[in-house]
Amino acid sequence: METSETLLETPLGGWHAAHGGRMVEFAGWSMPIQYSTIIEEHQATRRAIGLFDVSHMGRFVFLGKDAEMFLEGLTTRRIAGMHVGQIRYSLLTNAQGMILDDILVYRLARAGGGDFFAMVVNAGNRNKVKNWILQHQAGFDLGFEDRTFDSAMIAVQGPRALPLIAPHCRDEPLSLTYYTGFRTELFGAEVLLSRTGYTGEDGCEIVGPNEDVVAIWERLVELGTPEGLRPAGLGCRDTLRLEAAMPLYGHELSDAISAAQTGLDFAIHLKNRQFVGRESIVAARKMVLPRRVGLQLEGRRAAREGATVFRGTTPVGGVTSGGFSPTLERPIAMAYLEPTVAEPGTALEVDIRGTRHHAVVTPLPFYQRPNP
Amino acid sequence: MKPEDCLYSETHEWVFVENRNGETLGTVGISKFAIDQLTDLVYMELPQVGQDVAAGEEFGEVESVKAVSPLYSPVSGVVTEVNADLPNRLESLGDDPYETGWIAKLKISDSAPLAKLMDFKTYQAQCQN
Repeated sequence: METSETLLETPLGGWHAAHGGRMVEFAGWSMPIQYSTIIEEHQATRRAIGLFDVSHMGRFVFLGKDAEMFLEGLTTRRIAGMHVGQIRYSLLTNAQGMILDDILVYRLARAGGGDFFAMVVNAGNRNKVKNWILQHQAGFDLGFEDRTFDSAMIAVQGPRALPLIAPHCRDEPLSLTYYTGFRTELFGAEVLLSRTGYTGEDGCEIVGPNEDVVAIWERLVELGTPEGLRPAGLGCRDTLRLEAAMPLYGHELSDAISAAQTGLDFAIHLKNRQFVGRESIVAARKMVLPRRVGLQLEGRRAAREGATVFRGTTPVGGVTSGGFSPTLERPIAMAYLEPTVAEPGTALEVDIRGTRHHAVVTPLPFYQRPNP
Repeated sequence: MKPEDCLYSETHEWVFVENRNGETLGTVGISKFAIDQLTDLVYMELPQVGQDVAAGEEFGEVESVKAVSPLYSPVSGVVTEVNADLPNRLESLGDDPYETGWIAKLKISDSAPLAKLMDFKTYQAQCQN
């Protein structure tokens, strides 16, 4: 795979190239899609540890005394009252309630006292979200900065991820509850460590200085490989998140999809607050709109994005993401379907390049990690 | 069959051509290089026996976890036989492409498209780019 010279490269780009990473273009970045095979990296993450470079994700900080109020007015989920160390998944919507991005919002302690907010956005939406923020910031006491290029981000995911990291961390990562984080030292480097991820496994994400991240990555590879750690690329990141039914922007989420359709109700707080898109989401909830559902297919042929779903001869929706599930060893898909056929157990058909295949509506997620 | 005895398309299919009883027969498969690039094979769709294909025409597919890759016939002709058991042992495509990993046999109707195919050396050079 050739990559053009204009692609952005993470501080780990040299490591990937030197270790068999197959580099592909993703949202303007040169990123590894895989090092070995997608299934091997997928299974390593489910059973032990997958190590991902996710430095392409956009990282913003919000300083200033109005940061909380400002974000509260843009996010579908309540930001006001978040505790320091808390992280929330949320959507950003336009006035029509259509989705601009799905994001994480962090409230973090400041080194010199006080606190600030941070946001992680999709790489492909970084400029769009940045412009959205700049358009809305007038009148707020807000210090907004894009820190994407002066930091790096890695995800350490899987049942053995936190036990691997704990002895090398100044603070106890296992003391973090899911979706919380702290500033700490890892292998002597100052980092932000959070118990978050995009794989359906336990684990953490680490944001650190560009100059430290290669050393952290190499130490994790060295110490983790005997524990089953594998460097893992975007290929298995996609199969892992699909099994965990986590939406992906450009597939399950887009500016043609209302937040009300997504089934992400935990991330939409409507009571006693105002945010851009709220009225439209309230209105859309009363409408009969296609809903996000899971599909399982028989055999091994996958229904992929764009495949049409039928009940009898009537089209009832379309697949937004689909592929072969390494864990379930069968094809799975997410689709937006008319509510009348969206109940689990409903038997449908998917057109895969001209041939109809049986599909059954399945509860999401397809995969849930066993309780520890 | 030896890799050196086959001709190759830009889309990584190979064909072994032989003359038998005045007919030109072709055995078609896909290169190990292409299979190694795909990784994680999960499914394949074979051509149909009796199918009349033109060189460059899609006549099957190989699907990996990542993506679906069409198979293009490197020759023009009629499919006379397919390796029916191959979808049940996809590993043969990468492990043994020229023997148990062949995909289809065709009766070649027009030998002109053969001239556009590459010999093994040229194909290998293409793969190294």
